[in-house]
Order: sequence, then structure tokens, then C-alpha cells
Amino acid sequence: MTAMAKTAATNSTVLELRNLITEFVTQRGTFRAVDDVSLELHAGKTLCVVGESGSGKSVMSRSILQIVDPPGRVTGGQALLHRHRTARGSDFDETIDLLQLDPKSKAIRNLRGRDIAMIFQEPMSSLSPVHRIGDQVGEAIRLHEAVSKKEARERTLELLRKVEIPNPGKAIDQFPFEFSGGMRQRAMIAMALACNPTVLIADEPTTALDVTIQAEILDLIRSIQDESDMAVMFITHDMGVVAEIADEIAVMRFGKVVETGDVYEIFEKPQHPYTQRLLNSVRELDHPSARRLEMRETRAIGEPILVSDGITKVFGSGKRWFGGEVKGFKAVNTANLELRKGENLGVVGESGSGKTTLGRCLQRVYEVTDGRVLYTNEAGQERDIAGLTEDQLAEPWRDIRTVFQDPFSSLNPRMTIGQIIGEPLVVEGKLTGQQIRDRVHELLELVGLPASAYMRYPHAFSGGQRQRVSIARAIAPNPRVIIADEATSALDVSIRTQVLDLLLDLQKRFDLSFILISHDIAVIRYFCDRIAVMYRGQIVETGDTETVCQKPQHAYTQSLLSAVPVADPRVRGQKQRVRYQEAT
Amino acid sequence: MLFLYILRRIAWSIPLLFAVSIIAFALISAPPGDYITSFAATLSESGDVVDQARLDAMRERYGLDQPFLVQYWHWISNAVQGDFGISFEWQQPVSTLIWERMSLSVTLALATLMFTWALALPIGIYSAVRKYSIGDYVVTAIGFLGLATPNFLFALVLMYIAVVYFGADVSGLFSDEYQDAPWSWAKLVDLAKHIWIPVIILGTSATASLVRIMRANLLDELHRPYVTTARAKGLSEWRLIMKYPVRIAINPFVSTIGWAFPQLISGAVITAVVLSLPTAGPLMLQALLAQDMYLAGAFILLLCCLSIIGMLVSDILLAVIDPRIRFR
Repeated sequence: MTAMAKTAATNSTVLELRNLITEFVTQRGTFRAVDDVSLELHAGKTLCVVGESGSGKSVMSRSILQIVDPPGRVTGGQALLHRHRTARGSDFDETIDLLQLDPKSKAIRNLRGRDIAMIFQEPMSSLSPVHRIGDQVGEAIRLHEAVSKKEARERTLELLRKVEIPNPGKAIDQFPFEFSGGMRQRAMIAMALACNPTVLIADEPTTALDVTIQAEILDLIRSIQDESDMAVMFITHDMGVVAEIADEIAVMRFGKVVETGDVYEIFEKPQHPYTQRLLNSVRELDHPSARRLEMRETRAIGEPILVSDGITKVFGSGKRWFGGEVKGFKAVNTANLELRKGENLGVVGESGSGKTTLGRCLQRVYEVTDGRVLYTNEAGQERDIAGLTEDQLAEPWRDIRTVFQDPFSSLNPRMTIGQIIGEPLVVEGKLTGQQIRDRVHELLELVGLPASAYMRYPHAFSGGQRQRVSIARAIAPNPRVIIADEATSALDVSIRTQVLDLLLDLQKRFDLSFILISHDIAVIRYFCDRIAVMYRGQIVETGDTETVCQKPQHAYTQSLLSAVPVADPRVRGQKQRVRYQEAT
Repeated sequence: MLFLYILRRIAWSIPLLFAVSIIAFALISAPPGDYITSFAATLSESGDVVDQARLDAMRERYGLDQPFLVQYWHWISNAVQGDFGISFEWQQPVSTLIWERMSLSVTLALATLMFTWALALPIGIYSAVRKYSIGDYVVTAIGFLGLATPNFLFALVLMYIAVVYFGADVSGLFSDEYQDAPWSWAKLVDLAKHIWIPVIILGTSATASLVRIMRANLLDELHRPYVTTARAKGLSEWRLIMKYPVRIAINPFVSTIGWAFPQLISGAVITAVVLSLPTAGPLMLQALLAQDMYLAGAFILLLCCLSIIGMLVSDILLAVIDPRIRFR
């Protein structure tokens, strides 16, 4: 019987979790990361496990193969692999409870990578940096099948071809660091597919990738699934991706599955309040914020306040020792952009497109290689701050401030929240200690943090709260322009809108202008009046956000927008994807 | 790629060698006075009359009255041809004096290095993989003891034990009958019988610190995502640890070759004196005290060369082990 016939004729459940419990035992007590989870995976179907950070979805997926890092331990439940229902199994009933096997035993090792394979989030760190791609992929084949080295190499080449890695003959002998992120993830997928697994567990495989590459990887996984009738467990926090690929959904929160069901059912009639909230915050994001539109009615956008006049930034150029010149890398190439007073300007682009560099050039944290940065100060005088020295930059630096992406590493863990927020005021040196204290308390209230936060350290706060601290620090010296560099990217969806709304409220009160740098179109659409699209250091398109999003002019913008997954399973497959190839 | 890297690395060490030779020469001419001054001091101490004219003649004969650069040029151009000058104190060519001792030193250093690695690598891996097990605690405790005990004290204790309980001959590297005998198979066997005590003594603290380094490095690597990937592939625990995290954690281990060489030679002076080893350390100490500048200079130059060669070897090994280095 072929695999297809087998699944059609009988029950197609290939992997079943029953009451899975995984605990982390530490000296401070036992923490239950996965709490009584029951799920089913069907051949040829994709189950999406959705949840925010810390919901236990990753630990759950690792529990199946018992590869949870210590001190985590699977303490209860069953994980039944119905081998007889797969192409690999025989006709008699062969059900294995994976959790009964010793995590170090040969029995479970034989199943790992052969029957059940995994793909992980970070394609950079999930591959060994010192072994060749071919070695790492071929190893998976040689582990489970008695093939010669030569044969394994042939099969590896074939796999690399299958995952559409260009020039497999060369790629097989390359090292992971010679690959781009997308290529690395393809190599990971090739490794997972090495032995034609029955079940593929993909743990946020596209989270670290750009949207255009994400779309390609999703396509790839889907086409492989169609060919091989593999069951896929896809773990993600992105509802757009879910709508794109899921057949079934399981929503996880605090280690428990709160809701499971068919993809259409859940998107249309979510039962659990948490699922409803999650979907709402996703849907809310994809539209212009009502708050912003309302504000623009009463307050018109003014004159340009910060202008990038042909900024070019080259890194690493210089003269060699023995004649000749190092060309360097042109991160920003003649960028022309203006931010108007009271406006929110979005800069969107993929990783490496130069958007962060542009932001830092505008703030004059980086020296500009060429071009002018025109800043109009409060008195209305326009000045080129590109050539200023550090002493002369005191005023622009007070007026233009940054909120960074990572709320964990952008706050000094050894300073109290009070010290962190007060620091720019101390540096400014205009206020007395008591005045600074008062101002910090006022700022805490503004960003919606309790006064008790003053004496506490960053580690006591969640990601969203830390980002509020970052914002309070940015607005402390009464700035006029705030550059928010991926300020919401590290946050869960439900918190993103809260932080963006906070920024809008502050704009209303203090007449701020924002530059929001982001790779996430939805965030920009919610928050920004105008948008600039960057590609390889160049601004390829600027315009009103809604106009650009609905009628993109430049081919790159079109490809970028068409790659963004839409959080609605009904439109799946209807959208035509445009691929952008730069003319060379 | 690798070949180019090695070529470039070797090319870079040539100006470096030149620079250290200048520093070496500057160092030995730095102390006030010269060999003649200390020679005169020794003479007058023993009550002899010092004849100024004779001293000046000596100074002229040895070229000590010439400017620094001229002296340096004289010294280095001969040194390149293998002639390091004449030792004032021993009145013998420096090269003959140094050769025997230096080769013994290098033998001892290599033996110690191998002993250190052979012990430190498995122990380090064991105590990282079985973190906080009884074995780990025992190894850690012994390691700290080894680090904390001064080498010369350890040497005395070990000598005592060897002599009293095993009746071994512990001083020097050779038995009396082979002391001045030409090299032969029997002499080599004799050397092997003697060398283990200094090897253990010199190797303990290095082993202890390497075990700690290996343990810390490996602990950092053990929970990296690529280890989970390998585990999910179905590799056995032992093979996956040896193939992936150990391979990466070994980098700092290899870089220790660079400083292990000179340290083993110059750092072992006290131990060498205690054990009366015929190695380079004690002779160098003596030469420095007596301002025997050609002898001391040759030693310092050789030490510097050894450091540079050690660094070269460790850099090349690193590039072989870690592709990320050779592609830069």
C-alpha cells in the first residue's frame, strides 16, 4: 500500500501527545513549562502551535524527542508515534511511546532525525560553524542508513537541490558562515529531510528571516509536504504565518493548550478569550491607528524638521598599507528623506538594507561620509549637523533621541530604573538632584509605570515594561524628534499596539515627531503617516503610507508587500507573489 | 585559502623577529655598566689590584666602547650565522654552551606540554559534561590544589617521596654514567626514566588551569542550538559532544601553545635549580646576574624566537581547526 492510500483508508493520526507535562526543577522550586498538553498530528497536515513568548510551545516540541535541556524534564504523559500508519511502518500495529524510552537510548536515537525531524529558529547558531554543510547534512543520512560516504554525498547533493540551494556542487563544501540566513535555513531543512521523516517539527523556522525569504521557506515546506505526506508541527507566534499554512491550530498560553481546532474555525469563531485577544491585536495592527487619524484632524503636520540631504555612509573604507584602496561597504547610498514636524515617518526594509545606519546618521551618532543632515531647532534655525563636533552636538543630541530594539540589552542591568531614566538629565546638568527625581516620577507616570519602579532594577520587568522605561529615558530631556529603531520588534503582538499607542499619546502631549524604523509593514501601517522603503542602502520609494501599501510603485516594494503574510486563511493562495530581482 | 593564510602569517613573523632581537639586545645592554664593570668588581672584592688600562683594553677587544647600534649590528649579523659570540664568564662560544641545554629544555617543555594536554583535555571534558558530579568536585579540588601549590615546594615533596619510598634517583636528567656520554639509545632510556618527575612538577599547575579553561569553554558550548540540532539528528551523546562542542571549545586550548613554550623554559628556573636540571633556566639566571651579555642575549633572543614560533604554530593550528579564522 502506498502512503497516500494508507492514510486515506484509515486513521491518519501519526503522532499523538497525551497529557504531556514537562517541568523545570530548580532550587527555587518546580516550574511547569508544559502543563497537560494533548495534541494530534495527522499525516499530510500542518498543525500550527501559536503562543507568545514563554507559553511553553518550544519546550513542548522538544519534549516529544526528549531533547529538553536540563534542568527541564518530561515528567508525565505520553507521546505516541503510530509507526504502522506511516509509509515507513509495517502493516501490524506498531505504536511507540516516545516518553517511555530512555533519552539516551539507542531506540529513541534511531527515531530522532529519521521518523521525527526538527528545524530550529536560529539558522546561524543551529548549524555548527566549523563543519561543512555537506558534512552536517550527510551525517543525518549516514547515521540512520547504511550507505557509503560516496552515496551519502550523492544524496546530500540531491537534498540541497531539492531545497533549491543554488549551485549545490559548490555549496556542499562550504561553511555555514558563507551562507545567507535564508540559505542556512534551507540547509537546515535539507538536514531535516535527509531520511524522509514522517513528522517534521519546525520551531519558529522563519522568525529570524526577512519576509520575502520567509515566504520562500514557507513555500518550500509546503511543497515538500505535498510530495511526501509528512505531518508538520509548525511553531510560531505570527498569526499571518498561521493563516498562510495551518490546517489546524493549537493556541498555547502559560504551558497549557487553551484552544484547538480547524484553522477557519479559529480565525472566524475563536472561543477562548485569549485567542480572541490575540487575533484582535493582530487585526488592529494592519490598519491605520484611529488614534493617529483623529490626532491629525486637529493638528496639522508642519514644516520639515529633520532632513537627510543625500546622506551616504561607507563603512570600512580606507587605504591599504602597500598602496591600493579598500572599497568599503556602502550602507546608505545618497538617501534623501525629510521628517516633518508632528509627523510619523516609517522606514521599512529588510535586514542589511541600511535603515538602522540611516537612523544613526540622522541622529549624528555615526559620522556621515557624504551629504547633509539638516536639523531645524526650536527657534526655527536650520543647521547642517553633519559636520559638527561632539561639543557642538549637545543641542541636537538632546532634541533627537532613540528608542532601541532590544529592551533587554539596552538597559544597564546594574542601574535602577530611576537612574536609567534620570541619566540624560544628569548629563545635561541643568536640574538639581531633587528636580531630577521629581521629573523621573513624572515620566514614570507618563509611560504608565508604577512609582515603585523607581528603586527597582530592569530584570524585574517584562519586555513591554522595559520598553516603556526606554521610552521614558528617551523623552526625559524634552526632545522633539524620536527615532524608534525596531522599538516593537522584540515584543509580543498584544503588547506592540500598547507601546505604539503610548508613543501616539506622547506625541499628542509633547508635539513629537517620530521616525519608526521597522521591518514589519503592519506596525508601520498602524503608526506612520508616511513611509520610506529601503533596499540595499537606497530609498526606493517614499509616500503616504496607505498609498504605498495599496499601490506600490517600485518593483521591490511590490515584492516586499506581496510576501507579507495576511492573517486571514480565506485569502490564502489568492495573493500573487512578486519576486524582485535587481537588474545587474 | 589555508596556504595563503599560512604564508601571510609566516611573512609577518619576520619583521617581528627583527623587532624582538632589537629589544633583546636593548634589554641586555640596559643595566648600568657592562661585564667589565662587574668583572672589575669581582676582582677588587677578592683583593686583586684592578688595572684600568687592562680593563680598557678588554673593553676595546670586546667592542664594548662602541655605540649601541654598532654593537647590535655586530651581534645580530653574527647571530644569524649561528655565532652568538663568546661568553665572558665561561670563555667559550655561546652556541656550544647553549645548545645542549636549550635542546634539553625544549625536550622537557614538549614532554610537559604533551603531559598537560593528555591529562587536561579528557579531564576538562569530563568535568564539563558531568558538571557538579562527585567526579567534577574531586577533579576541581585537585586542580585548585595543583594551582595553589608553588612548583618548587611540590618538587621538594615529590623528590622526598621518590627517594624515600621508591629509591629513585631524582637529581638531574641523567644518571652519572650518562652525564657526559654521547647520545645513544641507552642514554635516551635513561632520560625517559628521569624526566617524569620534572614533567609532573612543571605540568601540574598548567594542567590544573587548562582543565578549568576547558571546562568553562565547554560549558558555554554545551547548550548551544547546534548541539540540540545534532541531538535531534539522532547522534549519540558521546559522539555529538566530541564532534561539535569539543571541537569549538578546543580553540583557546590551542592558543595556549603560544605562551606555554616560553613559560615552560623561563618559568621553570626555580624548579630547575631545586631539581638541579641541566636546562637553560639556571644558566640564563647566572648569565643575567653576571652581566654576561652575549650569553644572556642569546638566551633572551632564543626565548623570543620560541614565543614567536609558538604563536605561529598555534595560529596555524587554529586556522586548521576553525575555518572562520582562515577566511577572514
